[in-house]
Amino acid sequence: MSMDKKSPQPTRRLLGPFNRVEGDLEVQVEVEHDRISRAWVNSPLFRGYEQILQGKDPLDALVYTPRICGICSVSQSVAAAQALAAAMNIQPLANGMLSTNLILATENLADHLTHFYLFFMPDFARDCYQDKSWFTPTVQRFKAQTGNAAAVVLPARAAFLHITGLLAGKWPHSLAIQPGGTTRPLEAQERIRLLSTIRNFRHFLQQTLFGVELEQIIELDSEQALQQLIQAHPDSDFARFIHIADDLGLSALGRASDNFMSYGAYANADSHLFKPGLFLQGQSSAFNPQQIREDLTHSWLSSAAQPKHPFQGSTIPDTDESNGYSWCKAPRLDGRVMEVGAIARQMVQGHPLIRKIVEHNGANVRSRVIARLLELALIVPQMESWARQLQPKQPFCVSAKVPAEAQGAGLVEAARGSLGHWVRIKNGHILNYQIIAPTTWNFSPRDGQDQPGALELALQDTEVGDEKQASVKIQHIIRSFDPCMVCTVH
Amino acid sequence: MSVLNAEAPDFYSSLSQNNINLLWHPSFSEASGDEFLALLEAIESDQITLDALCLEGSVMMGPQGSGRFHMLSGSGRPMFKVLQSLARKARYTIGIGSCATFGGITMSGPNPGEATGLQYEGRHKGGLLGTDWISPGQLPVINIAGCPTHPNWVIETLLQLSMQELDTEQLDSFNRPRSYTDHLVHHGCPRNEFYEYKASASQASEQGCLMEHLGCLGTQARADCNTRLWNGEGSCLRGGYACINCTAPEFEEPGHSFSVTPKIAGIPIGLPTDMPKAWFVALSSLAKAATPKRLKVNATSDHIRVSPGQHQKKDKKA
Repeated sequence: MSMDKKSPQPTRRLLGPFNRVEGDLEVQVEVEHDRISRAWVNSPLFRGYEQILQGKDPLDALVYTPRICGICSVSQSVAAAQALAAAMNIQPLANGMLSTNLILATENLADHLTHFYLFFMPDFARDCYQDKSWFTPTVQRFKAQTGNAAAVVLPARAAFLHITGLLAGKWPHSLAIQPGGTTRPLEAQERIRLLSTIRNFRHFLQQTLFGVELEQIIELDSEQALQQLIQAHPDSDFARFIHIADDLGLSALGRASDNFMSYGAYANADSHLFKPGLFLQGQSSAFNPQQIREDLTHSWLSSAAQPKHPFQGSTIPDTDESNGYSWCKAPRLDGRVMEVGAIARQMVQGHPLIRKIVEHNGANVRSRVIARLLELALIVPQMESWARQLQPKQPFCVSAKVPAEAQGAGLVEAARGSLGHWVRIKNGHILNYQIIAPTTWNFSPRDGQDQPGALELALQDTEVGDEKQASVKIQHIIRSFDPCMVCTVH
Repeated sequence: MSVLNAEAPDFYSSLSQNNINLLWHPSFSEASGDEFLALLEAIESDQITLDALCLEGSVMMGPQGSGRFHMLSGSGRPMFKVLQSLARKARYTIGIGSCATFGGITMSGPNPGEATGLQYEGRHKGGLLGTDWISPGQLPVINIAGCPTHPNWVIETLLQLSMQELDTEQLDSFNRPRSYTDHLVHHGCPRNEFYEYKASASQASEQGCLMEHLGCLGTQARADCNTRLWNGEGSCLRGGYACINCTAPEFEEPGHSFSVTPKIAGIPIGLPTDMPKAWFVALSSLAKAATPKRLKVNATSDHIRVSPGQHQKKDKKA
């Protein structure tokens, strides 16, 4: 990236490619008086999954949609299975739900871990930070491809994913998750193996990432409690991050609208582990999926006069759209830009630490990463509990016929936030299938009201005086969302 | 991302211990933006030698052959043109996954993105680089097909290349490494005993063979999934669902629903490729008649109901 130092006129710069963002991303910024005055976010890859799905057997969505992405594959499976279950008017069996939650949690937590160690932290080992007191240890620990953290993190991650080998055959791209449950019943001793794999991962998190019991992380309820913990255990990777984040003032970087949404995560028969809902302008409120609209004003897609609900939506490329600057749509809830992800889930759920730090200075580079790490601590004990609840001699899956005409929505939480599938079935085949991925929300272009998307907003006002520092600052902001560009435009 | 599942050694260790320098990877490398564009420039102007170009994901040619469906960020260049340019420089070019090799899942339906593979478009040779294309290292595109690929298919092929032990003899008719395509998914399938007696599962999560009713193509699919295993102990069959033959070109359009076996007069149409049909039918009906009760019951059950019997030794001291 190059940027003029002092520019009297606004200057525009095209930035990209960004790596460690799972896919393709291009950002254009306008700089005025050393600050980003406006930003435009472009997803430069279009593949057309929604068109591919038209006319297919509805159950084949379970084959196609996970293959949208090699890192959010299970989330896509779960959303497809839920949409089909809704259309078939069935509920998965209790064992199937527990197993689905275990498989989904494994993917989500593996993604949080990969994001922290391989995608996010390596930026602090860049040469532009060489005058920082923490630089040398950070290079040793987190430098891309050579940092010594990878030597423990990659084996721990791979061992944790054995859960998918056991419960889902493999990861990614499993067909184990079905509308009626999962295809892999468990024997009693296999459940023991499952538990010991989860405990092994807990041990790794406690030893390496947090330096304390997970329960001590879960109990954090204020910035002060967080600071005390970090001071008492300065040698954990969590503490290393907080130390760097505070030194660089990352809590002042990358604030967006602070409107949060969660579809609800890890469903059981009548509730969720993390509840669905909204957190708007400092207040909790209910989430109504009927208020979702897809605005195509600035997308290279044929658009109708009014934004449509995804049941009525379409995804037809049109490069002649003169206002277009991205293949990404602009999803809005009741006309609002929403931020999704771990921080949104924990704001909606009301975790005391996340509520307090967001109240103080919003969702930002630091608080988004804290929320993600907190979820590692919150969910592993739940996985232990789900594994104990599995009933080995009971069935895991119920089969049913897909009706000739029906529709259904599958709303789940992927690692990166809210993922929705909307399917309409006619004559026993898919009539329409629309998908809104988490990063479609976070990295959307502007809408018809000219409201910028969450990342566009988060980049606005960022001070970009020094060229090298500016480049890496922008990268911190982008990566704090843990974007998955592959899912964004599918 | 599947490659990150590699174990003992992990992916990074495999590369570094074998002196493979990962010049750039979109998910793992530090270099972004201008740093990457400068690296690209250095390769294209021969200042840096590229030993291997690995592509994940299909080549997007659309709309109307313009490549606008996939632009390289920050450069204004269609990705397919960048790939053409790099393939001229790289000693070897490797397609990783069924999209990069054959076009894969993105080619299904109307192929909205005009997707293709590096040297194949489905079963047909051609693709981006053309039928007769050969790399500076004198190999065609090496097609590590699979959706996903097993991490060790990728790593072992890279190591073979780096040790100069990979030649055309070790590639099959679709230029896939024979190291894994000389096997069938059927080999080592834990449901083999059910298969022998045609004791079949009738719905998902049952233990019987998935070939007769639930769409399994394991007896035709070229891969070692049930002997190499995934994520410690898995495979599609071990996970309770059908093999969909994802290492084959055009697996994405089977012409029927993936999880239902198409039949003519009650006989599955997709029989093992190298077995005479009449023999298969004869053996199957014989085997069905001889099926032990244990297999018949367990095949349509979600867990073991009948255990194997205990062989009784005859008491010689009578």
